[in-house]
Amino acid sequence: MENGLFDRLEQKGISRRDFMKFCGYITATLGLSAAYVPRVAEVFAAGKQRPAVIWLHMAECTGCSEALLRSMYPWIDELVLEILAIEYHETIMAAAGRQAEEQLEYALNKYKGKFICVVEGAIPTKDRGIYGRVGKHTMLELGKKVTKEALATITIGNCSSFGGVQAAKPNPTNAKSIDDALGIKSVKIAGCPPNPVNFVGTVVNYLLLGKLPATDSYGRPLFAYSKTVHDQCPRRSHYEAGEFVTQFGSEEAAKGWCLYEMGCKGPETYNNCPIVKFNDGTSWPVEAGHPCIGCSEPNFWDQMAPFYEQK
Amino acid sequence: MGLTIPDNARILRNLLMGAQFQQDHLVHFYHLHALDWVDVVSALKADPKATATLADNVSDAPFGGVTYFKGVQNRLKTFVDSGQLGLLSNAYWGHPAYKMPPEANLMAAAHYLEALRMQAKSMRMHAIFGGKNPHLQTVIAGGITCVKDMLSPDRLAEFLYTWKEMQDFITKVYLPDVLAVASFYKDWAAIGGTANFHAWGEFPETANEPESLYMPRGVIFKRNLAGVKMAEESKVTEHIHHAWYKGSRFKHPYDGETNPVNPKRAGKRPYSWFKAPRYEGEPCEVGPLARCLVAYAKGHKDIKANTDYVLGKLGVDTSALFSTLGRTAARCIETVAIGARMESWFLELIGNIKKGNTATFTPYEMPDKARGVGLNDVPRGSLGHWINIEDKKIENYQLVVPSTWNLGPRDEKGKLGPVEEALIGTPIADPKRPLEVLRTVHSFDPCVACGVHVIDPDSNEVYKFKVR
Ligand code: SF4
Repeated sequence: MENGLFDRLEQKGISRRDFMKFCGYITATLGLSAAYVPRVAEVFAAGKQRPAVIWLHMAECTGCSEALLRSMYPWIDELVLEILAIEYHETIMAAAGRQAEEQLEYALNKYKGKFICVVEGAIPTKDRGIYGRVGKHTMLELGKKVTKEALATITIGNCSSFGGVQAAKPNPTNAKSIDDALGIKSVKIAGCPPNPVNFVGTVVNYLLLGKLPATDSYGRPLFAYSKTVHDQCPRRSHYEAGEFVTQFGSEEAAKGWCLYEMGCKGPETYNNCPIVKFNDGTSWPVEAGHPCIGCSEPNFWDQMAPFYEQK
Repeated sequence: MGLTIPDNARILRNLLMGAQFQQDHLVHFYHLHALDWVDVVSALKADPKATATLADNVSDAPFGGVTYFKGVQNRLKTFVDSGQLGLLSNAYWGHPAYKMPPEANLMAAAHYLEALRMQAKSMRMHAIFGGKNPHLQTVIAGGITCVKDMLSPDRLAEFLYTWKEMQDFITKVYLPDVLAVASFYKDWAAIGGTANFHAWGEFPETANEPESLYMPRGVIFKRNLAGVKMAEESKVTEHIHHAWYKGSRFKHPYDGETNPVNPKRAGKRPYSWFKAPRYEGEPCEVGPLARCLVAYAKGHKDIKANTDYVLGKLGVDTSALFSTLGRTAARCIETVAIGARMESWFLELIGNIKKGNTATFTPYEMPDKARGVGLNDVPRGSLGHWINIEDKKIENYQLVVPSTWNLGPRDEKGKLGPVEEALIGTPIADPKRPLEVLRTVHSFDPCVACGVHVIDPDSNEVYKFKVR
């Protein structure tokens, strides 16, 4: 790889070692061979035009945006300053009010057909969408208008992917996933909230290979969602040996035995939590003694409850 | 259910909540509020040398120097020159209400970027005992699930060192930055205040609540600190006269109901999805300022010392606290105090483990029928949960959350909500670019996109703003 790249990176305060470590991490998450590491590195060496992103907030809790703010490989400031051009994002953009709306129009015009739309949150559809509005538009209108012009739509989190808590019973606003509300097909970074690594991995895949990653039938990228949590769980040998935790705080819990009897939904849940873990690879729920609640699966609030019992 | 959770569970919950306060308040100041005071575009004009000198004078930040600030400035320049302004697009840059010189703006912009990394790093504390952040999972009825991690020396050490790095940032960067920014905006110590304050309190230091809460519980009416009294859950009501819900005008949360009406068919009176929470019928501000005032009024040692230090540095008296600036300062004041207190909780936990006390969970039977209330203070303010259980299932569950207290609409008596009250009299240089409104609204750390209506009495122009 050209040396100029490292000079430019160093100007940004990123050491060669840090940078290659990060590229190795992303390459591994994507399931690509080590031979791809230098190519991944090139993707992050900031070409002239950064890919534009318009990020929409529908009915949600902003947990997915918060998850993105925890991105450490690459750092979140690199993501927003050097890797992507996040043209619209209600939580962290500096503009507000009318200026924010103008910015959305501007970005839609400038990047027509060329931007990635990221959607966080479900869309209330009852009474023609009146229960969710941003500025003058209902979320339903806004979603239609923006995704129509997008190169591709990535739905981040369970709400935009599958409806999430908004669509759980009794669903007073008839909230729906983005695909169901708008009749489109999106790539789904499922989870509540998902690991930001899987969002970044999807974007890298796009920048590197010029296309979005291969997905399962629900639209979840295979690099992250092709295996069950159960199949990758470090507690699996305890499961096979019939060594189960039957009460929180017990000796078995302190030993890290299997949480199946405590309601663990790992066997029905597709995600890479045990491998990539959260917050700089620090931990994931089962490691911290809590059963998996299945948060990357469709309708998990209704489907997976009760969380602390096997059905 | 008459359940007492083990000491270790209480301490671990406090540590997780403490880390939440540190992270949340840092993000609020730098990433959700600072750009109301800091003109990033002006930072491009700064002399890195003068910036380095300024930074050395005001803070003990572990980063700085001419090369460092030159690097940050170059990074911003490259970003702006790319023509893709991204998140900085179309904001109020150059607005006359921005008062800081370019050097101070560059210093703040550099710390904005540092804080972005620090907050992400700090949340490893949540992953250690919570499994992940956001949406940590280990806190359960009866205690906490992370007994294995609590008994792992490397996990404990990892927590302690992450905490230390974060608390260092708070005392060496965040606090000095708040003082530095505030020194340019002292006029905001007389703008944006409210009258009544409410806090449930947080961080129980024994099994006795509310007596042992580190941040105490209390209510203050009409800014009368001497009259501070205990807050009781029975005195809370939620009012829907001006909200898009049907049902009776007001109810206690135990009996609360949430039946939305179609805004198109609801007439002119309702204007909000928030209900209007009231304490003894009065609107109350909740959050850092309310907590600090309640603590200050009760003679809380740490909060009093930190508050007096900040007031002294700025050369203002306690009346300055009732303002937009006071709110932003209070957030930092309590972060410093709570963050420091975490160390003693951590040491108490280690002491318990040494003694062989490793309990983290108290077993319980789900009752057939029960009622319960949970009162907490989270970074944004008072949070109450009211639950009715029938047939071992949740029959009704109502939450009264901080942003509802602060952003709720008028009630049937026409009393304004706290943010509405705070905005009255805000000077606005340019009604088409209401930066000043953002300052006050953001100082409450609102957790929702909210609709604000502002009327300019001079031109009688009505502008509608979305504040995010
Ligand atoms: S803890 Fe859950 S995911 Fe892990 S082995 Fe047991 S059942 Fe499977």
